[in-house]
Amino acid sequence: MKKGLIGKKLGMTQIFAEDGRRIPVTVVQAGPCVVIQKKTVERDGYNALQLGFGEKSAHKSTKALLGHCKGAGQGVFAELKEFRLDDINQYNIGDVISADIFAPGDDVDVTGTSIGKGFQGVIKRWNFKGGRASHGSCFHRAPGSIGASAYPSRVFKGKKMPGQLGNKRVTQQNLQVVRVDSEQNLLLIKGALPGCTNGIVLIKNSIKLG
Amino acid sequence: MNPIIRNIELEQVKKNVIPFKPGDTVKVHVKIVEGDKSRIQAFQGVVISRQSGGIRECFTVRKISNGIGVERVFPLHSPTLETIEVVTRGHVRRAKLYYLRKLRGKAARIREKKYVPVA
Repeated sequence: MKKGLIGKKLGMTQIFAEDGRRIPVTVVQAGPCVVIQKKTVERDGYNALQLGFGEKSAHKSTKALLGHCKGAGQGVFAELKEFRLDDINQYNIGDVISADIFAPGDDVDVTGTSIGKGFQGVIKRWNFKGGRASHGSCFHRAPGSIGASAYPSRVFKGKKMPGQLGNKRVTQQNLQVVRVDSEQNLLLIKGALPGCTNGIVLIKNSIKLG
Repeated sequence: MNPIIRNIELEQVKKNVIPFKPGDTVKVHVKIVEGDKSRIQAFQGVVISRQSGGIRECFTVRKISNGIGVERVFPLHSPTLETIEVVTRGHVRRAKLYYLRKLRGKAARIREKKYVPVA
């Protein structure tokens, strides 16, 4: 069954497995998420749940947002995200979804916004090798030739060039849930997640491993 | 550090760790699982470094086995680490005793502490 949650990345630590192996984990505050809106095939063309997560003070919210969240009756939310599910009948508007929809051993995909690095050259952005630093070299960190002259006499689309690095939506696939703390709504996910600490991440079950 | 992460780490930290320092000779009892059997193996040697870091705290033990120096790094809070026994307290003037790697035989001895304050 498809499922998803909005979470906040809290940081990384390690936990010990029973055989003494150390497992690197990222701690995610996943939920409580509240169902704000249900989208249906009849009205919207597809089935989805809109979930709300994170506190937001009412007097800083627009009236449009206040009215949108009013139906759920659980206050206003800082983050509203949609999750496309096949079966949305088991949820009602105002339901609270917590981290225990996931179990230890589940495979998940986590989406976040990667840390922005600004405008970067080809060495950092595409792992180009660059030239030698000394011995009279005039070629250090430049990208070099970007194509031939007579033919094709243009630069191919998708050529790796300098530009914005990071601050982009990134999905890390097939991560394993190591531990679930349903009291505090924590998910411990093996490995690193995209984005900075306190960044918002979307956790869905893995599309490759199910 | 985030208080939630600190709590997760504190849950796994061992409460009663025997105090020991670099220079001490210790006997570390490690649980080894072979198939479905598990047994305890001891590793005795000199502590040459101790790296703090909460749950990540590690220490390095060096011994000479059949004339060859062997070093093992143990995570202090690992569940496979059963007990640590302090055999002797050493008198050293450094926190990291990496200089022992270059020394052999008599030169690699460590003076024993005469007075050990009761912890």
